[in-house]
Amino acid sequence: MSASDGVAARAVDVWKSYGSGDAAVTALAGVSVDLEKSRFTAIMGPSGSGKSTLMHCLAGLDDVTSGEVWVGDTKVTGLKDRGLTELRRDKVGFIFQQFNLLPTLTAEENITLPLAIGGKKVDQAWFDVVVDTVGLRDRLTHRPTQLSGGQQQRVACARALVSRPEVVFADEPTGNLDSQSGAEVLGFLQRSAREFGQTIVMVTHDPNAASYADRVIFLKDGHIVRELLSPSADEVLDTMKHLDSPEMIESSAGGHV
Amino acid sequence: MFKATIKSLLSRKLRLVLSALAVVLGVMFVSGSFVLTDTLQRSFTDLFSSAFANVDVSVTPKAEKGKEPQPLTPQAIADVKAVPGVASAVGDVQGSARPIGKNGKVITTSGSPRFGFNWTGTGQEKIRDGRAPQAENEVAVGGFLATTGGFKVGDDISLLTLEPKKTFKISGIYEYAGGRDSLGGEISVAFTEPVAQQLLLGKKDVYSGITVTAAQGTSDDALRDAVAAKLGSSYDVKTGATLAKEQADQINEGLKFFNYVLLGFAGIALFVGIFIILNTFSIIVAQRTRELALLRSMGASRGQVIGSVVLEALVIGLIASIVGLGAGIGVGALLATIFSSLGGSSLQLAGIGVPMSAIISSFAVGMVVTVVAAVMPALRASRIAPVAAMREAATPDRPLTKITITGAAVAALGGTSLGFGFNQASLPLIFGGILVAFVGVALLTPILSKPMVSLIGRLLSWSMPGLLGRRNSARNPRRTAITAAALMVGISLITGVSVVLTSATKSIEKLASGQLQTDLIISGEGQMEGQPASFRRDVLTKIEQTDGVESAVGWSQDGVLQGEDQLFAIGVTDMPALATMFALKPKSGDITPLEDGQVALPEDLAAEKGWTVGSTVSLQLAKAAQPQSFTVGFIWAKSQVLQGALVLPESASKDFRSDQIAQAFVQVRPGTNVADVQKRVEPLLADNPEITVQDRSGFVKQTTAQFDTVLLMIQILLALAILIAVLGVINTLALSVIERTRELGLLRAIGMRRAQVMRMITVESVVISVFGAVLGLAVGLALGVATVQALKDQGISEIGFPWVTMVQYLVVAAVVGVVAAILPAIRAARLNVLDAIAYE
Repeated sequence: MSASDGVAARAVDVWKSYGSGDAAVTALAGVSVDLEKSRFTAIMGPSGSGKSTLMHCLAGLDDVTSGEVWVGDTKVTGLKDRGLTELRRDKVGFIFQQFNLLPTLTAEENITLPLAIGGKKVDQAWFDVVVDTVGLRDRLTHRPTQLSGGQQQRVACARALVSRPEVVFADEPTGNLDSQSGAEVLGFLQRSAREFGQTIVMVTHDPNAASYADRVIFLKDGHIVRELLSPSADEVLDTMKHLDSPEMIESSAGGHV
Repeated sequence: MFKATIKSLLSRKLRLVLSALAVVLGVMFVSGSFVLTDTLQRSFTDLFSSAFANVDVSVTPKAEKGKEPQPLTPQAIADVKAVPGVASAVGDVQGSARPIGKNGKVITTSGSPRFGFNWTGTGQEKIRDGRAPQAENEVAVGGFLATTGGFKVGDDISLLTLEPKKTFKISGIYEYAGGRDSLGGEISVAFTEPVAQQLLLGKKDVYSGITVTAAQGTSDDALRDAVAAKLGSSYDVKTGATLAKEQADQINEGLKFFNYVLLGFAGIALFVGIFIILNTFSIIVAQRTRELALLRSMGASRGQVIGSVVLEALVIGLIASIVGLGAGIGVGALLATIFSSLGGSSLQLAGIGVPMSAIISSFAVGMVVTVVAAVMPALRASRIAPVAAMREAATPDRPLTKITITGAAVAALGGTSLGFGFNQASLPLIFGGILVAFVGVALLTPILSKPMVSLIGRLLSWSMPGLLGRRNSARNPRRTAITAAALMVGISLITGVSVVLTSATKSIEKLASGQLQTDLIISGEGQMEGQPASFRRDVLTKIEQTDGVESAVGWSQDGVLQGEDQLFAIGVTDMPALATMFALKPKSGDITPLEDGQVALPEDLAAEKGWTVGSTVSLQLAKAAQPQSFTVGFIWAKSQVLQGALVLPESASKDFRSDQIAQAFVQVRPGTNVADVQKRVEPLLADNPEITVQDRSGFVKQTTAQFDTVLLMIQILLALAILIAVLGVINTLALSVIERTRELGLLRAIGMRRAQVMRMITVESVVISVFGAVLGLAVGLALGVATVQALKDQGISEIGFPWVTMVQYLVVAAVVGVVAAILPAIRAARLNVLDAIAYE
């Protein structure tokens, strides 16, 4: 089985539980999902719904209890540390909520860090495109402490894109930003998907952030319960409000969306 | 507050173990030294009280300063026997006797005496095998000599005494009470009385002492007084107990010095430990900023915050002292056991004891050191503003101006003290100056660390992990600096000593190649008891007649007394020849053969004494009845080869303690191979295995070989200081790994391999270590050069730099860095990526 043909990342009947016996907590209960290439997908859900766990499993940061995870042609499930490291280095980009940059490196060094770690050459043309898109041209020699929160997050976005990964995973990328900086970052992510064909998967609990996405998947209690295509913020908010209603849970029984 | 302190202590076990380990090692060294010396002292006291167990009162001739004591006559023994209360009075003969082993080499001990005596049958020695010596060619040997030399009854044994090698038949082997082979690792042989007198004292019918036992009912003290009254004032009369105490005290005095040396090194180790603890507490305080600020905002006073940090230090100090004391007892016992069996000597250990001084010093040192180290961080902790609890915990980069100015002032103070110390030849000032200078340099290291670390780091940062490691080591200049400074201390001391020793070696080499115009040097290798090994005059004559020898000069040597001053004198066979070989230049008068009643001396000694050519000098020679007059014949210009010595004519040698040749020098005929002549000369000295014949380079090598031993000893002792510094590096790295958990998580998340993480930590570690080594080398060079300058007058005329050794230290530091990084690097590499990112 392969995840190619228009699919950048795929989860097949993924179960994830922590602890054992009575204390066991099931974070993911048989999630199957295909994340299409060149799309900006948002994963939404209330706290404890399993949305972060799903992202961690898809990105190879966490292992699954059962089921399979694919990124591009690579079967993530079963990879050892070395394979996972290479996957993260070559096929995946990350943007975290906070603490995204190394304080000892300049903005430019932070952006090219994944390439430097992998011993790869920087594609200067692409680097310029990315830097100009995030608007950091005049900030390249600055250290993270000299940048605002929004600028730091844009550096993180540029770093995630510069190695042209299969998928960029963003974990609440706007969680620590004011609304204007957040909008800039989200706008940039949206453009990356539309203009550069970059696959982006974003976990968020902010309906407004989710409204930038082409597709929004809703998670609750470890199940995918709903999905919306190019929704407005209001639609997302409305869906979130009704996640508790019985028919929603019914509709998730099939699992594969 | 107390509870909060203890809780926070327990939550940081690893950190505490590492910093406490530095104190433990230092305290271990301190208490170990005390336990070792105490055990040895008691052992020696026991040894001497058993050695004098059979002696109630002992009589020896009183030694007048500068004069050979007059041996006792049979008449004196008869006089003592006549004293009421004397049960027995036996004449003792004792003197140096060195047996030659079956391999042809002289048997040596590790400091215990080698002697011969007359077999009287009344001593403590009991025959174990065979019988007492009865014929002139018979000896009995001690059990220890028999064991170490592999001798049996009936074997032949060759002995060196006042006379050259003589061979005897072993008639018996004796032992001491309880079947012991020896009293304290000494090597002894027993002769018949006439032979002992001839070989050990050089005269018939003389004794070196009288052993007196008291009759029933007479106390030792009463007997001593009675004997002393009978013999008059020219004899020393002492009870056995006094004698035992005197001899034990003499050894214990030496042990005390040994103890001071060990304590000195313990002090260095603890000094280094202070750096480590200071660093640990600084980091702990920095990490606890929010916690302490929270306590402050809840109403804890500044005093309580200081108290909390100091209390933490006290607890660590207390635990470390207890553990260190325990470890020290173990190490002291181990060393005492090793010492007692060194070189086969068999000192009976008097049970391991823990003196009060060990316990008191352990706790005092351990706790004081820890608390002193914690004071600065505690003060800093108390200045944390309560609002810091609300802020993101960050350690702002404080400016380095104040610390740098303080450092420069302290370093200057240390340097000044060092300068005065050298000037006044005052050891406390010198050592104090060095320590203060270290503190000063340590305070200067933060400002140095920025340029130096980036320079050193550049060599290592060819890859991204390397670059990150280098940047990380420059991140907290204070922490890097203190860690490196701890390493600096040990390395700079070793380097300083190396510079001095290399300079000394170089000076000797220069001397030998420039001024020592002699081809062969014949001298005693080992020192026999009290006197240098020597050989007979007729051997020198034979050497002179050997084919290929151009000239041969020898001298006998002794101390002579001029008024109250002890001077070193030599009786030279051929002064003009010696002057040629030593390149001596006349200062006033001509260098001529010395006639009877003439004396010659070097310029500086003449100036000191105020003597000129023609001055009359009165000298007391050891065997002469009274002082003799000598006229200064000539004075030679200051020379490094022959300095501080009076030259007397050959005829004066007969009044020396030994008129045998102690040193001789040979010049070979031009065009003759030195090695060939050496081969022809060596057999002439076959009966004197303690004498070696060396060419010039061999002589230099032998003279400088002792420096290597000194250096090795110091390296071993300072290894502890370096080991503690390594703990510091590990500590700093481990803390950095904890602090940067999230960074490491991020790096791993974006694809850094475990090996790369480890490389990053290793580069950081190596940069810190090499920085410390470079500092140490620089400070050590400065110390060494200063010392050499100060010793210029003592004959160290050249400055030599131990480049090879210095490079070795640098390599060792790099290796140390790699080793120190192992555990923190593994820890960093094993971090779970998800946990690390979420780490608070």
